[in-house]
Amino acid sequence: MKRVDHAEASSVFLKSKSHAEFHDKRLWDLRQKRDREAHAIPEWEELRNLASAIKEHTLSHLADYLEQFERNAIANGMQVHWARDAAEHNQIVFDLLEKNGVRVLVKSKSMLTDECEMRPFLEARGIEIVETDLGERIQQLDDEPPSHIVVPAVHKLRADVAEVFSRTIGTEKKRSDVPYLAESQRQHTRPYYLKAGAGMTGANFAVAESGSFVVCTNEGNADLSANLPALHIASIGIEKLIPRLADLGVFVRMLSRSALGSPITQMTSHFRAPRPGSEIHIVLVDNGRSERLGMEGFWPSLKCIRCGACMNTCPVYRRSGGLSYGATYSGPIGVIVDPAFNLRKYSALPFASTLNGSCTRVCPVKIDIHDQIYRWRKVIAERNQLPMVKKEAMRMAGKVLSSPKLYRMAVKAAQAGLDYLPRSMIYNPLNAWGKQREVPKAPKQSFRDWYVKNR
Amino acid sequence: MKVGLFIPCYVDAFFPEIGIATLELLERLGVKVSYPLDQTCCGQPMANSGCHEDAAPVERLFVKNFAKFDHVVTPSGSCAHHVRERAKLHRKTFELTEFLHDVLEVREFPWAKFPHKVGLHVSCAGLRGLGLGSTSEIAGPAFSKPLALLSKVKGVQIVKPARPDECCGFGGTFSVTEEPVSARMGCDKVNDHLAAGAEYIVTPDPSCMMHQKGCAERLGLKLKFIHIAQVLNGARP
Amino acid sequence: MTSRVDILTRVRRNQPAAVALPEVPLFDAVVHDFKFNLERMGGEFATSIDVRKKFPQAKVIVSTVPEVEGNRTLPDDPRQLEDVDVGVVRARFGVAETGSVWLSEREFGVNALGFLPQHLVVLLDPKAIEPNLHHAYRHPAFREARYAVLMSGPSATADIEGILVRGAQGIRSLTVVAC
Repeated sequence: MKRVDHAEASSVFLKSKSHAEFHDKRLWDLRQKRDREAHAIPEWEELRNLASAIKEHTLSHLADYLEQFERNAIANGMQVHWARDAAEHNQIVFDLLEKNGVRVLVKSKSMLTDECEMRPFLEARGIEIVETDLGERIQQLDDEPPSHIVVPAVHKLRADVAEVFSRTIGTEKKRSDVPYLAESQRQHTRPYYLKAGAGMTGANFAVAESGSFVVCTNEGNADLSANLPALHIASIGIEKLIPRLADLGVFVRMLSRSALGSPITQMTSHFRAPRPGSEIHIVLVDNGRSERLGMEGFWPSLKCIRCGACMNTCPVYRRSGGLSYGATYSGPIGVIVDPAFNLRKYSALPFASTLNGSCTRVCPVKIDIHDQIYRWRKVIAERNQLPMVKKEAMRMAGKVLSSPKLYRMAVKAAQAGLDYLPRSMIYNPLNAWGKQREVPKAPKQSFRDWYVKNR
Repeated sequence: MKVGLFIPCYVDAFFPEIGIATLELLERLGVKVSYPLDQTCCGQPMANSGCHEDAAPVERLFVKNFAKFDHVVTPSGSCAHHVRERAKLHRKTFELTEFLHDVLEVREFPWAKFPHKVGLHVSCAGLRGLGLGSTSEIAGPAFSKPLALLSKVKGVQIVKPARPDECCGFGGTFSVTEEPVSARMGCDKVNDHLAAGAEYIVTPDPSCMMHQKGCAERLGLKLKFIHIAQVLNGARP
Repeated sequence: MTSRVDILTRVRRNQPAAVALPEVPLFDAVVHDFKFNLERMGGEFATSIDVRKKFPQAKVIVSTVPEVEGNRTLPDDPRQLEDVDVGVVRARFGVAETGSVWLSEREFGVNALGFLPQHLVVLLDPKAIEPNLHHAYRHPAFREARYAVLMSGPSATADIEGILVRGAQGIRSLTVVAC
C-alpha cells in the first residue's frame, strides 16, 4: 500500500495562489470566531476539563455504557445493530434498505459513513444516494472526498462550485453568486427528501441514560432526512457515547463554538424513539475503535467530538488542504487517528506537523494532540516505517552528535563546504532547504573556537 | 550558582554571535558561567524524528556534560523544551529569557539601546512548551517573559503582527521534509511582521530565526534579524 | 460469536483505567438575553404577529395553535407539507443562552412541519425560557419526547466561501413571538 505523500500533495495545493490564500484566510477566520465565543465564556476552561473528564470516564466504562444505551434504545422502540468493521456496517445498511424496498437514500453528513466507504458499496448495489449537506453534496457531485469534517468543500471557490453544479445539476455556467448556488442545491435536493425510501444520519452524541442520540446541523437536512421517509438509519461510532442528558449541556455548548464560532448549530436534534408507523435503526460501529481503546498514549484520541477546531488552527492544514492527507480524517486529529487504521500508508502524516501545539489548546475535550503526534513518530521509527533517507540521516546525525570529536570535525567541514562551494551546488533540487529560502552563511569561527580563544 | 551554558549545535556552527552575546550578558549580570567544551547537541533533531535510539547516546553525552551544574541555560526555546520537558535530561534547564525573568529577575538593561521598530517572535516550543507567554487560544491575562525584558530596552518600539503566535513553520526536519508548507509559513510570517512595520525581527529562538531570515532574504524583504540575547546585551547594529 | 459480543468483549478488555465522572454545574451566573441571541442566530423576535400581514404572498398556512388560523389542516403524511408557505406552532420552552426554541412531536403534530414549510412562526411563553443549556438539559421533556429539536434561527449554511446563506434546506425564516 502506497504511502500518502503529504508534502507532494501540499505543493500541488499551494500552486494556486487564490485557492491557497482563501483557504488559509477562511479557516483562520473560523479560528478567530472560535476565540471570540470561547473567550466570552468565563468558564470555558472549566468546560474543557469537564468535557475531557466525562469522555475519559465514559471510555473507561465504555462496555457498560454501550449496554445501557442499547437497552434503553430498544426499550424506546428503536433497533440496534452492531458492526465490527466497515464491511459489516455497509452490509447491515444495505440489508435494511433491501428489506424495505428502498431505492433512494437521502443522508446528512456522517464522517463514519465516509470512513466505511459506504456510498460506493451501496451504489454498486443499485441504491441512489443523495448527500444533503451542501458541502458534502458539492464533493459528491465532483467525485471528490470531503476535505474538512465540518465544511467539506472549504477548499473550493465559488467558481469551482459553479463549474460542478453546471456540469451536474444544470445551473447556469456563468453564474457563481453564492445565494444562487445554494438555492439551486435546495431546489434540486428537495424532491429527493420526498421520494426517498430511507434517510440516514450520523450522530454527534449517543446518550446512555436515555437511549437517545443527537444530530447537530445548520441546514436542517438531518431533520428532513429523518422525518420524511419511514426508515431512519443512524450510524454511530462506539466512541460517541456519553453517560447522561446533563452532559449534553457541556458538549452542545462547546461543539459549534469550537467548530464555527457560533453558540449552537441552527438545529440540534434529539432522537429517542421512532414516529408511529416508522422505524429507527442504529448501527453501532467499531471499525478499529476498540483496538485504539487499548493503545496506551493514543486512546484519548477517542474523545474527539468532530468539531474541526484543530484543523482550523493548524497552520499546516490551512496551507495544504484536507485532501493532502489522503484520508477521511485530516488535520491534527487525522494525523493521530489515521496511522492506527494503516501505519504504513499514513506514516508520513505525523511528520506533517511542526509540533507547535495550537491544536491541543483549542481542542474542547483536551486531547493531547501534538503529544500524540510526537509519540506516533516514535512508533513509526520503531516499526521501520521511516523513509530510508530520513532513517539514515538520523542514524548518521546520532553517530556524529554523540561524539565530541566527530561533531567538531563536522562543524569544520560544514563551514568549509558553505564557504567554498559555488551557489549552484548549494542551491539544487536535492537541497530542499534552498528551494525557497537562503542558506545561512558560514562564519569564520564557531562559538567554541571563540570561547577557547577568549575565555 | 554555577550555570552551564548550552549552545545548540547550529548556533555553535552558524550563529556564534548569539552564543557570545548570551555568555557576555550572563557574565554582565554576575553569573558564573561555564561552557563544557565537549558538548554537542541535546538530541532534539533525532527524538523529534521518532529516532529515540539514535538520540539516546547524544542525550547521555549531554547529561554527562551538564550533570554537575545547578542550572543549565541555553539561548534556544526548543532545545530547553526538549531537555527539560521531553527528554528530562536536566531539571533546572532554562531558556535564556525565562532564566533572566524568573531566576535572576532582571528588570533593567541600562547598557542596552535598540531604537528600532521590532517584531518579537517567540517559538511555539517556548510559548506553549515552556510557557514563556500567553497564547491567543486561551483567554486570560496576557503575559510574555521575553516581551517584559525587551520592552525595558531604550528605544525599542514593539509592533505586533496580525497573527502574533502562529507557528512560523521551521519545525526541525519539517523545514526540509515538508518544504512547500514550511516555506509558505515562513514567508507568511515575515510578510506579516513587515506589514506591521517591523524593521527587525527579534527572537529568543535561533532556529525560527534561521528559517525566517532565509525566507526574507529569498523574498528580498527589507527585514533584519537579531537574537534577543544580542539586543539585551547592548548590540548596536 | 455475534458482532455484539465480539465488540463488547474487546472493549471490556481494552478499557483504560477508571476515571471518575464529574458533576456538571449549572453555570448560570451570567444572564443571557433571549432576543439578542435569537437575532444573532438569524431569527426574528416579535411580541405579536399578524401572519397574513407578515407573509402576504403565503398561500398555504398550517397552524397548530388556537391563536392563529391556518387554511389547511395538518395532514397525516408529512410529504403533504411540501407546499406549505408558513407553519405556526408553539414551543414548549426556550433557551436564553442560544436564542433557541424547543419543539417535539407534540408541538409539531407532524415533525416535518418544522422543516418543509418555507417559514416558521413559533409562539413562546416568555416565562418558559431556560437561562442556559445546562438548565435546558435538565428539563423532563427530553425524557418524554420521541423527537425534539432545539431550533436556533432559520436553516443556514456557509459552506461556499464562508458566505452565509439563510434558508439552506429547511425554513427560510424563523419568527419567535413572545406571547
